[in-house]
Amino acid sequence: MQNQKLAKQLMKKSKTARYERFGHLLSLSALLLIMAIVLGIIVFVATKGLSTFFNDHISFKDFFTGTLWNPGTKTPSGHQAVGALPMIVGSFLVTILAAVVSTPFAIGTAVYMTEISPKRGAKILQPVTELLVGIPSVVYGFIGLSVVVPFVRNTFGGSGFGILSGTFVLFVMILPTIVSMTVDSLKSVPKYYRQASLALGATKWQTIWKVVLRAATPGILTAVVFGMARAFGEALAVQMVIGNAALMPHNLVSPASTLTSVLTAGMGNTVMGSLQNDALWSLALVLLVMSLFFNLLVHFIGRKGAFKK
Amino acid sequence: MSDPIITADNLDLYYGDFQALHGIHLDFEPHQISALIGPSGCGKSTFLRCLNRMNDMIDGVTITGMVKFHDQNIYSPQTNLVDLRKEIGMVFQQPNPFPFSVYDNITYGLRIAGVRDKQKLDEIVERSLKQAAVWDEVKDNLYDNALSFSGGQQQRICIARVLAVSPSVILMDEPTSALDPISSAKIENTLLELKKEYTIIIVTHNLQQASRISDKTAFFMEGRVVEYDDTSKMFVNPDNKQTEDYVSGRFG
Ligand SMILES: Nc1ncnc2c1ncn2[C@@H]1O[C@H](COP(=O)(O)OP(=O)(O)O)[C@@H](O)[C@H]1O
Ligand SMILES: [Mg+2]
Repeated sequence: MQNQKLAKQLMKKSKTARYERFGHLLSLSALLLIMAIVLGIIVFVATKGLSTFFNDHISFKDFFTGTLWNPGTKTPSGHQAVGALPMIVGSFLVTILAAVVSTPFAIGTAVYMTEISPKRGAKILQPVTELLVGIPSVVYGFIGLSVVVPFVRNTFGGSGFGILSGTFVLFVMILPTIVSMTVDSLKSVPKYYRQASLALGATKWQTIWKVVLRAATPGILTAVVFGMARAFGEALAVQMVIGNAALMPHNLVSPASTLTSVLTAGMGNTVMGSLQNDALWSLALVLLVMSLFFNLLVHFIGRKGAFKK
Repeated sequence: MSDPIITADNLDLYYGDFQALHGIHLDFEPHQISALIGPSGCGKSTFLRCLNRMNDMIDGVTITGMVKFHDQNIYSPQTNLVDLRKEIGMVFQQPNPFPFSVYDNITYGLRIAGVRDKQKLDEIVERSLKQAAVWDEVKDNLYDNALSFSGGQQQRICIARVLAVSPSVILMDEPTSALDPISSAKIENTLLELKKEYTIIIVTHNLQQASRISDKTAFFMEGRVVEYDDTSKMFVNPDNKQTEDYVSGRFG
């Protein structure tokens, strides 16, 4: 009798099991929804972006190598003026320059905060990073416009608008990202590597340079790629200081543009389905592909460089 | 009896207010293996780290007394830490090769000392790995990441890494406690070979290990040296009752 009751109880789904199932379903559907949204965005941007080539019959060559951007009009040689090269070059230039300037700064700062003065590092780093990350882009752009642009104009000549000003603004914007991720990767280098190095007669600097930074290289690269992804996608602040001329940049202080700055500037002024509109979608597609590429790069570095414990 | 190579004289050590070592007197003779034994927390590792000043990097440590290497007090302000640690190398409890190639691990100490000559580096790599009895196992994979080898091989790579800078003394803190018995036996044999050229001071938890390989044994308890004598005497006929209890396995 007792046993039968117990058996019955065991066979029945308990209340907790039902809750469990419910929770499971809930999180699964949230996941599916997000996946659907992401997929939807990719498909949408891809369809729109590709229609420049398949509906409007612009050749890939004209798009990727043309240097004249004025969709709807023709170049002197009779091609459609949808050359995106100036923006692609602009985007890559500001991104790479910002990363090149930020990386040594970030490594220096991170080494100070983890190896040289960890106590002060912990006290300063957290609040400063959070503050810098929390400042809205438009504020960076505004400061760039009223401080950096005049500074560049007075120091290097020209109007002050251009790649150089964009680089300076992005440098400040991506620095906290790179610093905090570099700090994490330095901290994840086990202490016993440092001990082994010191016990072999290395100085503190040799240890930092030859062991800690070397062991942390994959993490530091990941940090830099994250910073670059952020720089590549940043629109507003860059748009405010780069000058927004869809021209091949001749030097670092002549007005130029990036994929994002042309997109934000042109977005509201075109009609859906027109060539002008499709061309903008193509720029968006390039941006999307690049950010996917940055993501893949991070995964790749992460997998290659993971510490084997 | 030859002159001691390392002498600790009235050595006290405090971690903050806590006194971990009380007036240690110990002499270590060259070309011998000396074992430090004693229950956990009695200060064996702490003492060992005093001998190449690895305690310096722990916050709040105060050390009084003297440690002499040959005739020089290593705690005098003139001591060059870099030179000292090249003379007195250390192997840790956990194998800790750098996450670089075997070759880069072994040449690390030489490279930071400025040795660039590739041929010389190659020679030393081979010699050190042979001395550490791991050459045959790694010679075909010198450029593989050192972490891809087994724990026992990693520990012998670490020993080779120390040997490469040609120290005169090697300090070892339970170098086999993280390893399986076969790897441990290999390392013990290596040490018996090495003592012809080096002076070895080894902390060990394993009493059989101490009795198998060491010439002298120091028994530590609660931060003091209870007894220090020839290993054969310490394990058969110690003077002190506590030593006898410990080596016969009655406590610890
Ligand atoms: N870094 C440290 N800070 C404070 N106390 C420590 C530190 N390292 C060791 N001790 C203490 O010193 C004593 C001796 O430790 P240790 O030398 O590691 O012993 P053993 O190696 O013999 O097991 C222990 O009581 C331990 O808790
Ligand atoms: Mg210990």
